[in-house]
Amino acid sequence: MLEHYLSLMVKAIFVENILLSLFLGMCSFLAISKKVETATGLGAAVVFVLTITTPMNWVLKTFLLDAGAWTWAGMPELDLSFLTFIVFISTIAAMVQFVEMFLDRFSPALYNALGIFLPLIAVNCAVLGSSLFMAQRDYTLMESVVFGFSSGLGWALAIITMAAIRYKLRYHNIPPALRGLGITMLTTGLMAIAFMSFAGIQL
Amino acid sequence: MSTAAAEAKGSLQLFDKKVRKTFSDPLVDNNPITVQVLGVCSALAVTTQVKQALIMGIAVIFCTSLSNLILASIRNFIPNSIRIIVQLAVISVLVIFVDEVLAAYMYDLEKSLSVFIGLIITNCILLGRAEAYAMSNPPWPSFVDGLGNGLGYAVVLLVVGAARELFGAGSLLGFRLIPEAAYAMGYTNNGLMVLAPGAFMLLGLIIWAMRSWTGFEEH
Repeated sequence: MLEHYLSLMVKAIFVENILLSLFLGMCSFLAISKKVETATGLGAAVVFVLTITTPMNWVLKTFLLDAGAWTWAGMPELDLSFLTFIVFISTIAAMVQFVEMFLDRFSPALYNALGIFLPLIAVNCAVLGSSLFMAQRDYTLMESVVFGFSSGLGWALAIITMAAIRYKLRYHNIPPALRGLGITMLTTGLMAIAFMSFAGIQL
Repeated sequence: MSTAAAEAKGSLQLFDKKVRKTFSDPLVDNNPITVQVLGVCSALAVTTQVKQALIMGIAVIFCTSLSNLILASIRNFIPNSIRIIVQLAVISVLVIFVDEVLAAYMYDLEKSLSVFIGLIITNCILLGRAEAYAMSNPPWPSFVDGLGNGLGYAVVLLVVGAARELFGAGSLLGFRLIPEAAYAMGYTNNGLMVLAPGAFMLLGLIIWAMRSWTGFEEH
């Protein structure tokens, strides 16, 4: 059983990295990857939010949204699956609000460093994306915990690596029009090729 | 009183210079993807084929313009502290609508776009334009701004989609463009284009080209 979870974890972190192969969470990845410290802070916050919201959405999906989910209340015909999007995004928005208040109270330095991008975790596609993938792939509760955590870890790994590379890029003479977004995209492409080499791993 | 007067004046001149500029600016000079860096995620994920890119572009144009229109109409009644939740709720309802319509009429396509229709909710273009424009402008210009930004997004999506389908599969919209003779002479499809790294690099090159053209520089 442990092997199964381990394989799911390796798959979510390396083989199907949520950022480098599924393109989720690009906006904050591009904007926050200028300094390693901020990137680490944001990465940790995203791991935290993902680990909580994915199982939370699993519970909501299984007991409220799925076709026949209301059987326990005596309403087996009720199918609320069209409400999936709005329920998922509300859970995530509420959770992010909580993290924001928590950081403001316990780590004001990180709170100030993340600035506007903290509330924007709510619209980080990686967070909603892994909830939607969880729903699409019919994970169990435990699988959704593992999947949420390792998706977040994969995202954090990508953004911290990128921040370190961009730190080095500052000393290079890049054509003016390519500076910033352009060169970052090209570098991300190279990183994605590197991550593709994990594709052969079978556990 | 003064804002009401200004709004009345704005609606009288439906296509004055300022509104036209609001529409044309996001197409090239202030493009949401290449200049504002908004909504990059889906720009890469759904562009392996032109058909997907086209449907995604239309869906986003629909959502941005209507969410801007709705939010601008109710902007004076939204308390500042809960505005993000209100914006997300309006956007989610529009996206659910798009998803249900696609599931009803284009079931296969909806399945192939999988989670990315749902991810329009978290597409930064929608929330970014709502926050930056619709919350401080009257409904009509906001609608035009949403339309322009959606179109600017769709244009980049189509360019990336066309390049990836042409070089990755040798076809456009499913029609084979590269003749069999070329394959017989040893031409092969570039498999990298269909994969993630090809998408990143292609978008990087397009950004480079567009920024060289418009002269936009980042510091």
